[in-house]
Amino acid sequence: MKNVENQSQVLLEIKDLRVLFQGRKKLLPAVDGVNLSIRQGEIVGVVGESGSGKSVMSQTILRLREHESEVQYEGSILFDGQDILKLPLASMSKIRGNQISVIFQDPLTSLNPVYTVGNQMSEVLMLHKKMSKQEAREKSIELLNLTGIPSPERCIKQYPFELSGGMQQRVMIAMALACEPKLLIADEPTTALDVTIQEQILDLIVELNKKLGMSVLFITHDLSAMAQLCHSVRVMYLGQIVEEAATAELFACPSHPYTRGLLSCIPRLDTDREEELPVIPGVVPPLTDVPVGCHFCTRCTLADEKCREEEPPVTEVTPGHKVKCWKYGQTEKEKEAVQ
Amino acid sequence: MTKPLLEIKNLKKQYPIYGPMGKMFRPKTHMNAVAGLSLEIHEKETYGLVGESGCGKSTTGRSIVKLVTPDEGEILYQGSDLLKLSNREYKPLCRDLQMIFQDSLSSMNPRQRIGQILEEPLIIHEMGDADERRRQVMEILTKVGLSEEYFFRYPHELSGGQVQRLGIARALIIKPKLIICDEPVSALDVSIQAQILNTLTSLQKEMDLSLLFISHDIGVVRYISKRIGVMYLGTLVEEADTEELFANTLHPYTKALLASVPDFSVAKKREVVLKGEQPVRTDEFRGCVFHTRCPYATEKCKTEQPELREIAPGHKAACHLCEGAGNA
Repeated sequence: MKNVENQSQVLLEIKDLRVLFQGRKKLLPAVDGVNLSIRQGEIVGVVGESGSGKSVMSQTILRLREHESEVQYEGSILFDGQDILKLPLASMSKIRGNQISVIFQDPLTSLNPVYTVGNQMSEVLMLHKKMSKQEAREKSIELLNLTGIPSPERCIKQYPFELSGGMQQRVMIAMALACEPKLLIADEPTTALDVTIQEQILDLIVELNKKLGMSVLFITHDLSAMAQLCHSVRVMYLGQIVEEAATAELFACPSHPYTRGLLSCIPRLDTDREEELPVIPGVVPPLTDVPVGCHFCTRCTLADEKCREEEPPVTEVTPGHKVKCWKYGQTEKEKEAVQ
Repeated sequence: MTKPLLEIKNLKKQYPIYGPMGKMFRPKTHMNAVAGLSLEIHEKETYGLVGESGCGKSTTGRSIVKLVTPDEGEILYQGSDLLKLSNREYKPLCRDLQMIFQDSLSSMNPRQRIGQILEEPLIIHEMGDADERRRQVMEILTKVGLSEEYFFRYPHELSGGQVQRLGIARALIIKPKLIICDEPVSALDVSIQAQILNTLTSLQKEMDLSLLFISHDIGVVRYISKRIGVMYLGTLVEEADTEELFANTLHPYTKALLASVPDFSVAKKREVVLKGEQPVRTDEFRGCVFHTRCPYATEKCKTEQPELREIAPGHKAACHLCEGAGNA
């Protein structure tokens, strides 16, 4: 599963992206200097707690935040060679749903309650692919079939509320796939679902990725779901990527204290039940109160003066495995010194 | 074995499903949320109830504190059946039975300050005068990991983890014996989840509490519980001590549930992947609850409902296929 298409083309490239919201007194950086690239056919996972800016980042790729309060962008998002952030909003609607699709966490709020499933699906196809009503209907049935809905002919006549959570999510995925997008953004697609259903949906995403060769940006707070399907993982904390690596590499040797904390505080099937669970002390600070140096310094057990004053550089641990931490290089040097 | 603190016997709760004309006619059929559930909770023990959404685990928890009125069955606490008691008779007992909710914020009065919220149970149960009550509120605030300065704040000012701590404080302030925790950590981030679980276990030891821990996350349930009941479609399909359950999993549903816990090892092989979804248990439903999704289902499973019987000491399972194994 790993390193599938190392030499394939880069599809999406985010460079030094900063997303700033207008706060009461100052600008609040929800995303603070993110670099991320997705190759064709690659599944990239972004993991982080709530408030880490992962959803804002994904919404920025589609520019879904524009109509809201004042937002400022810095940096660039290159998709297929053009900078998304510089495009006029009108041409965004040609990209949304057509070249980049998105699945949200709560399918019921994303589906329109007053139209049948078939109606909503055909709309996408008729708009982007200029299909006739009949063609669109047939294509919808085919898509629903692809996502494993038992009787698609019946399903397209139903309203979203008549379906179960798992089925709604399948409809969302079918709809997202309608125009065969180059990139699928899955923003916590399984959080609202039961574990056994979650598994089915994750398997479906992997299968479709293999079959259709589309890239997936998978956003979640669940590290274990990530292990199951992503080729590479980015760990986000307070708007910054603190660690990036191939999935196996990240789980084998997590290098950032935050990643290590996240991995150890989940009760697993082999956790010692007598011991207290290891915790990351404290909470994610609010955006109004982002620390000056390393963003994680308020909760890090290793933090010292330097961490609180200067922002750490990105260090390369092994090729492709990067970590943003002062302590990483130091501990390595110490080790060398001892040797 | 000691006498259980709380005993649930053959609990049943059904909800009507009406036809297209709504309540004009008699219900078409019923949805059996809880269908004949029995379990025992012992003193100072944590009983974990695990299952998918819609399996009736919350209905069970809520019927203990009378938030749901079951149709049939008994809930025995200290020798009296809670379901037969009048409200006046129930009140002294309800001091011992408290509940923590998943979304604690929505269970708090947004116009009350935290001090008032915590003081209210003490006023209702007429415990202590104003000074004593205030002292107790301050004590519990520090115990759950909030500080005294929160006394005059409002619940909406707190973060998700802090609200959950407040929920725990409110349940603990009248020194109950049994706490029903209905998905107390499901809405929290993993780093906060671990903090809350630690608080809960240390307070349990300190105050000699029994917990009924309801959750869908089998990893969390395994960590916190001494004994686990796996629920599916309104009944227990398997029940055993935690070590036993994980060492010798019997029921196919439990096996599937364990297999669906995503592992950090990337190249994990999964034996059982469940197809389909949980059906609705109407009055017409026959056979083993799990037969619609079970990969091993036989003809017998489709017609006859297996009983929950003891297969190894302290290990019960409801499966036709396990019975042979038990006899051998």
